[in-house]
Amino acid sequence: MPFGEIVSILLEGTWVTLKIVAFALPLAAIMAFTFGLLRMYAPKPIKYVSVAYIEFFRGTSALIQLYWIYFVLPFFGVSIDAMTAGVLAIGLNIGAYGTEVVRGAMQSVPKGQYEASVALNFTSSQRLWRILMPQALVNMIPPFGNLAIELVKATSLVSLITIADLTYRAKSLADMTLQVTEIFAVVLVLYFVIAQVLAFSFKGIEKRLSRGLGRGGLD
Amino acid sequence: MKQPLIEFKNVEKRFGDTVIFRDFNFSVEEGEIVSIIGPSGSGKSTLLRILMTLEGIEGGVVRVAGKPLWHKETDKGLVLADEKHLHEMRNHLGMVFQHFNLFPHMTVKRNITEAPMRVQGKTEIEANKIADELLELVGLSDKADMYPNSLSGGQKQRVGIARALAMQPAILLLDEITSALDPELVEEVLDVIRNLALKHSFTMLLVTHEMYFAREISDRVCFFDQGAIVEEGEPERLFIHPNEERTKAFLKAYMSQ
Repeated sequence: MPFGEIVSILLEGTWVTLKIVAFALPLAAIMAFTFGLLRMYAPKPIKYVSVAYIEFFRGTSALIQLYWIYFVLPFFGVSIDAMTAGVLAIGLNIGAYGTEVVRGAMQSVPKGQYEASVALNFTSSQRLWRILMPQALVNMIPPFGNLAIELVKATSLVSLITIADLTYRAKSLADMTLQVTEIFAVVLVLYFVIAQVLAFSFKGIEKRLSRGLGRGGLD
Repeated sequence: MKQPLIEFKNVEKRFGDTVIFRDFNFSVEEGEIVSIIGPSGSGKSTLLRILMTLEGIEGGVVRVAGKPLWHKETDKGLVLADEKHLHEMRNHLGMVFQHFNLFPHMTVKRNITEAPMRVQGKTEIEANKIADELLELVGLSDKADMYPNSLSGGQKQRVGIARALAMQPAILLLDEITSALDPELVEEVLDVIRNLALKHSFTMLLVTHEMYFAREISDRVCFFDQGAIVEEGEPERLFIHPNEERTKAFLKAYMSQ
C-alpha cells in the first residue's frame, strides 16, 4: 500500500483517538478535583466513597476496567456503546490518579496560608477557592501534564473493544499489508506529536498561572 | 465591675499528652497593650492562636468581649461553637504572623482589600481607600501593585500589619512579628507598631523577644514559663525589679546574649 494511503488511514484513526482524549481528559479532571477534594474535606461517609473510587480504579488494571464497563455491565442491564465505555474507563482511571495530584498540591500550600485566611475570617469555601486553590493549582499543572500524556497513551486500549482508533487501524493495516515498519513508525510519531502538543500546552498554562502568583518577581 | 475584653478562665490546652495550659487564667482590658515574654515552648504563641481560633481548647472558657469564644451559650450551658459562631467572633480579632503569611498570588493591595471586600462586603472603592490609607501608614504606598515575593522581609511584615488592620479588629494579636526578620529590618516594623500604639486605642497582645520594645510599648508585661504566668506587672517594674527567680534568670540570660 502506498505510504500516503497508510498515513491517511492512520490520520483517521488519530481523529478517533483525539475524540476520546477530548472527552476523557475533562472527565478525568472533573473526577480528580471532585474526589480529590471530597477525600480531603468531606464528612466521613462521603470520604469513604471517594477512597473506594480512588483505590478501586488505581488498584485494578485499566484494561479490565474497560472490559467490565463494555462486556460485563450489559449482563447487569447496563449497555454502553464502545465509545462511551472507552471514555468512561480511561477518564475514571486517570481521574483516580489525578485525585492524588490534587491532594498533594493542596497539602503543599504552606499551613500559614490557611491560618492567615482564618485570621482574616474568610469562609471555608473562600479559603479553599480564593486562597488555597489558586496556589495549589500551579503545583498541580506539571503532574497533570504527565497524567494527560498517560491518558493519551491509555486510549490505545479502546482498540480492544472494536473502536477504530489509531492503534486499531495500525494493527489492521499491519495485518493486511505487512508493512509493519512504516505503519508503526507513523503511529509512534503520531502519538508522540499528540503528547508533545499536550506537554507544550501544560507548560503554557503553568507559565501563565505562576505569573499570576507573582513568582519570579514583577511582571 | 467592668468586664475584661479578653478573659481566659481555667483554660486547659493539650497537644496529645503534652499539657500546655492547665487551669490557666488571664485577662486583658480594653485598650491595654500587653506583651508576653518567656522562653520558647512556654505557650506564648498558643495563647494567641487560641484567641485567633487556630487552636481549640480542651477545658475552661475563653471570653472575648463578654462572649465565649470557643463555645456557644445555650439553655443547657456552654456547648462547643460551630463555624458560624467562630466566624462571628473572629470579627473582633486580627493577627500578624511571624512568617507574614501574605498571599503570594495577590498584589500587595489585593492582600489588603480581599478580606474587607469578600468578608465585610465592602465595595472595591471603599476597600481601595482603606488599603491606600494603610499603605501610607506603613510607608509602602509605592509597593501597592507589587507581589509579596518582590518585597523585603520588613516590607512584607508591614503589609501583614496593614492587612490585619484593614479588617478593623478591636484586638490585634502580634505573634513574634520580628523574629523572622534580619536585624536591620526589625526597627521599621516596630516603628509601625509604635505609631499605632500612639495614635490609636487598640487592644494589643504581643508575643515578642524584643525586650526593649516590650518595655517601651506595653502597659503590662507577662512573663510566661511552662504554660503559666510566672510574673506580670508594669514593664519598668518587671524588667528592673523582677520578683521571681525564674523571671530574673530569664532576663539575665536574655541580657547576656
